[in-house]
Order: sequence, then structure tokens, then C-alpha cells
Amino acid sequence: MTYNCVVLVKQVPDTANITGKAMKDTGTVNRAALPAIFNPEDLNALEMALQVKDRYGGRVTVLSMGPPRAADVLRDSLYRGADEVILLTDRKFAGSDTLATSYALRCAVERIGNFDLIFCGRQAIDGDTAQVGPQVAEKLGLPQITYAETVLSLTREEIVVERALPLGRETVSCVVPCLLTVVGSANQPRPPSVRRAIAHKLAATPLEYGTLLEQWPEFGTEEELDEYLSERGLKIALWSAADLDVDEDRLGLGGSPTKVLKVDYVVLKSADVKTVLENQESISDMMQELVAEYIL
Amino acid sequence: MKNSRDVWVFVEQDVGGIAPVSLELLSKAQDLARKLGSRVGAILCGHEVVFLAEPVIHHGADVVFLADHPELLTYRTLPYARVVINLVQERKPYIVLLGATPVGRDLAPRIASATNAGLTADCTALEIGDFERRGEKYTDLLYQIRPAFGGNVIATIVNPDMHPQMATVREGVMRMKEPDTQRQGQVVELKPQFEASDLALRVLKREMRLPACDLKHADVIVAGGMGVGSKENFKLIRDLAEVLGGEVGASRAAVDAGFISADHQIGQTGVTTRPRLYIAVGISGAVQHRAGMDQSSKIIAINIDPKAPIFDIAHYKIVGDLNVVVPRMIRAYRDSAK
Repeated sequence: MTYNCVVLVKQVPDTANITGKAMKDTGTVNRAALPAIFNPEDLNALEMALQVKDRYGGRVTVLSMGPPRAADVLRDSLYRGADEVILLTDRKFAGSDTLATSYALRCAVERIGNFDLIFCGRQAIDGDTAQVGPQVAEKLGLPQITYAETVLSLTREEIVVERALPLGRETVSCVVPCLLTVVGSANQPRPPSVRRAIAHKLAATPLEYGTLLEQWPEFGTEEELDEYLSERGLKIALWSAADLDVDEDRLGLGGSPTKVLKVDYVVLKSADVKTVLENQESISDMMQELVAEYIL
Repeated sequence: MKNSRDVWVFVEQDVGGIAPVSLELLSKAQDLARKLGSRVGAILCGHEVVFLAEPVIHHGADVVFLADHPELLTYRTLPYARVVINLVQERKPYIVLLGATPVGRDLAPRIASATNAGLTADCTALEIGDFERRGEKYTDLLYQIRPAFGGNVIATIVNPDMHPQMATVREGVMRMKEPDTQRQGQVVELKPQFEASDLALRVLKREMRLPACDLKHADVIVAGGMGVGSKENFKLIRDLAEVLGGEVGASRAAVDAGFISADHQIGQTGVTTRPRLYIAVGISGAVQHRAGMDQSSKIIAINIDPKAPIFDIAHYKIVGDLNVVVPRMIRAYRDSAK
């Protein structure tokens, strides 16, 4: 009894470790100053899928929508144990909000076709919306289990999952196929394996062939490199909008109902700062002031 | 009511009680509907919850859409989504608001996905305003305002073309008005019907607990950060909070370090608070933290590092050792209370 798992992952700017330099003086985000990382809870989703594979057998396919450099998180997925990875990239996807993203992902998952379980991280740290997972589930007509923490049992018909909610726990059973969004407390993601990293060192999308050939001119032409990588399963599949059965009006900026009206740089300065010394007298004065102003 | 300008609120209830965020949203929806010259609709799902229609009306609803069914006893995605999606498609509200709770965050994206609506998560403010794009003018849109990029920026989002305009709103950020017990409203009883596929998920076991603290409604919060140093030393924070009659908060760093449970976490991830007095002890003041407390009326910051960013927003700045300052604050308050 084996299971085909699809994992949806995202490369995100590391907003959890924003430093002062991450914001330009104009108030815009300086993406160059933010390292791009594997969205943390997507790693938990990948780990949950890999554990299903370890326990029951099957295949783990990792899908990411993003710019060409998002191939990095797919290589990372291969190093950690994914069987197959697919990069969904096209200028037509640019500017997608969660609705347009979920539409593109649904079309890509439909092309993958044969799946039993879909795993996503609960939310991505660049937007914290937690919307794309449920939106994909709705579009595929699948039930969803958000806040998934532990897979307790799995059969062809049914999966039993423990959910970790902020204020409680729930055990649910759900028909298969379904979509799970996985929380950070679910597991400790396995690190990339050295053996697999060496084996997949050359894994690349066709968009990266040029760079690869600069490094390894002995591969000759892009055609020769393509043949070499394809034979060894190292060619990362690259799907564009044309590879999917899509209505292009529903993609990218045009397919996104939400528009950014404006972005304000947060300038937080209190009007008057009173400096209070560490001594008892100053502190007592401050406390009395607060009491007099009915703050305390 | 086709293509109406009505403002709807999904009313979240559990074991007969209405979630405070839903009542906060009803208050906000009243303001928005007044500007739009429209009505407030409330969607109330559950089993044997008809008695909640009255308080929902008192808190601001003009129409309550009541879906009462045994399968709706506790929240599950699919049956709830079935009810709300059908209703939205049939009645076409202008705006649909949900609390940014685990339930709201589970349900809202399903509704948005099914109705092709724009959805903004975790809003901290909502307004009505205009929008212009390529010479085309849109009037009376919902401004969905939320912190973005870890709290570094405040983004204003609009959905000009596709309606309803949807948003989830953080708990505790909208002010709940006093209920008006004279208020009248209409109750529309729905007759929900479910297919087998709507019941694909069963809840086998459910253990909910009360939060360890109520930060959202606290007047005074004493919050500790990494500077507190240890779980044991958090006693200082608890002591000061107790003396002042306040709640204990914490930065994400303090929670991650295991000083205190995640119930106490304030910030972009965690709770948004607007107390009368916020005392930040040993908190450097990363933007993510400030996003959850910068609306406090008064802020006291205590930090050993004079360059800590928390001082930028503080009203009282105390550069010093918290182990010295906090006991002195306790003593000062006790003396002043005598």
C-alpha cells in the first residue's frame, strides 16, 4: 500500500531575521538584503510527506511556483529525500496573489494527476496569510486538514490526523485524498543528506544550463547537458503556463483580485520621550505620574 | 439584495458562546455599512444556536442568516463552507469579514477560492475609500489594512473588480461597542443540506483549553523579552504584573527560549494588544514585536542597551538593569498606593 504525496513549497525572503538594512530609506523592502530561504513550515510539510513514504512507501513530488532561483528549494528537497521536483515558473505568474497562486497550483497538481495526499506548510513567513493551502483544496474539491501535526494512521480510505490549534488539540479522520497544512511543531525536518546532495549536485532546470556549462564546460552543448541530466533524473522539470491547461486571465496580476493601493513605511516615534533614571526617586516620580494620569 | 452593498460578518460561536472578535467585527461592520448606506448581515452557523441571534442583532446585525443543523454543531471546514459559499453566491454581499482565528483562517480562503473573491489576511484596520487605476475610478471600496513584511510596512489592499471584498481581522484590534438591547433585526432561517462529500471529515476527539492569559483585553501588560535571561527570572515580570493588576506578555524570543508559554506571545505572530500601559522589560523591540503593541496608550521601556529600538516608541525610557528597575517599580507603586 503506497501513497503518492505532493508537497507544495515556497521560497521566501527571510523576514524573520530582518535587519535595519532590509528596508531602504524610501520605505521599500530591499529584497537583496534578505536571504531567500525554504519557507520553514514547508520543510515540516516535506518531512511529513517523507515520513509517510518511509512508513508506507510511495513517492514524494515537490512542486514550487516562483522565479527561476526558486530551483534552490527544489534541489534542497531532492537532498532531503524528494523523488521528483517541479518548478512552476513563468512571467505570466508574476504578481499573483493567493487566489491566482492557488489557481496555478491547482492546474499543476492536476497535471501531476495521480496523488493521494497534498502537503503544504501552514503559512509562509513573507505573508503569513495561511490562505494558499485551503484555496488549493477548494479548487481541487478536496477536504482540508489545517494545523496538522501528526499523522496517526493512514489507509486507502482514511487518514487520521492530530491537529495542533493555538488553544487545543483535535483528532480528525478524513477521507483520502485530502490536503494537509502542517504546523512547525509537527516534526524536526531531516537535514539534507550528504549522499543525496552529492548525487543531486548537478540537478538543474533548463534555465540554469548556461551557468552550469560555464562551471563544467566538459558537458559541451546545452543539448548534450540536457541529455546527460535527463538520463540520470537530474533535470528539474520546468513548467510554464503553456504546459498547463489554464485560463490565462486567471493568472498573475490580472487574475489577482487584491491590489496594493499603497505601502507605508512604519515610522514609529513617540512624540515625547521622557528619560527616567534608574534610581528609586525617578522611578517613583514616573509611577506617581502614571497614577495621577489614571494610566495606572 | 442582488449586488448589494451589504457588509457581512461570519459569527463564530463555540459551545453557545460568540467569539469576541465576531462582536468586534459587528461593531466595525455597522460603521462601514453606515458609510455605504447599506445593511449589516451576520452568518450564524451551529446547532441549537437560535438564541444567539438576539445578541448578534444587539451588537449590530440588521439581518441574521441562521443555519441550524446537527452537522454544524462544532466547526468543520466543509459543512460550514457549504453554507457560507451558497449564501454568498446567492445574495452577493459587498464585503465579508471573518475573525483571523483558527476557524476564520480555515474557512475564509475556501470561500474566497470558491467565489473568486480577493481576501486579505490579518487586517488591523478597515476603512472605506476610493481607488483609481489607469484613469478608472472606483468609489467606496474596502481598504484592507495590514502590517506586511514582518511589520516593516503597512499595506493597504483593495479589491476593485471582484466581489465580495473579503478580509480576516485580528482579534482585539476593533473596538467592540456596547450592545443596544433595543435594536431590531430580521432572522432568515436557512435550510442547509449536505452531501456525503461535505461530511468527509469527522472530529474524533477535541480538547480545547482556555488561554493562560487575556492579553487582548488587558489594560496593563508587563512583557518580558530575552533580556529577562531565564524562566526563573520571569518571576520578576509576573510580580510586577500582579502588583499592577495586569497581564504577562512576552516577545517571541522569550517564548522561543522557553521562558514562558506561547499564549503570552505578543507581536506579528502572536497577539495584537492595545493596553493603556505597556511595560516592555528586556525587549529589544524588533518590528515584529512592535507590530503587536505599538498602539498602546503609554509605553515604558526598560533595557540595558540604550540603542534598543524599543526606545523609539517608548514614552518612558529607562536605560538600566531590569533586575534593579523592576523591584523599584514594585516598591514605588506599593508606596503610592498607600
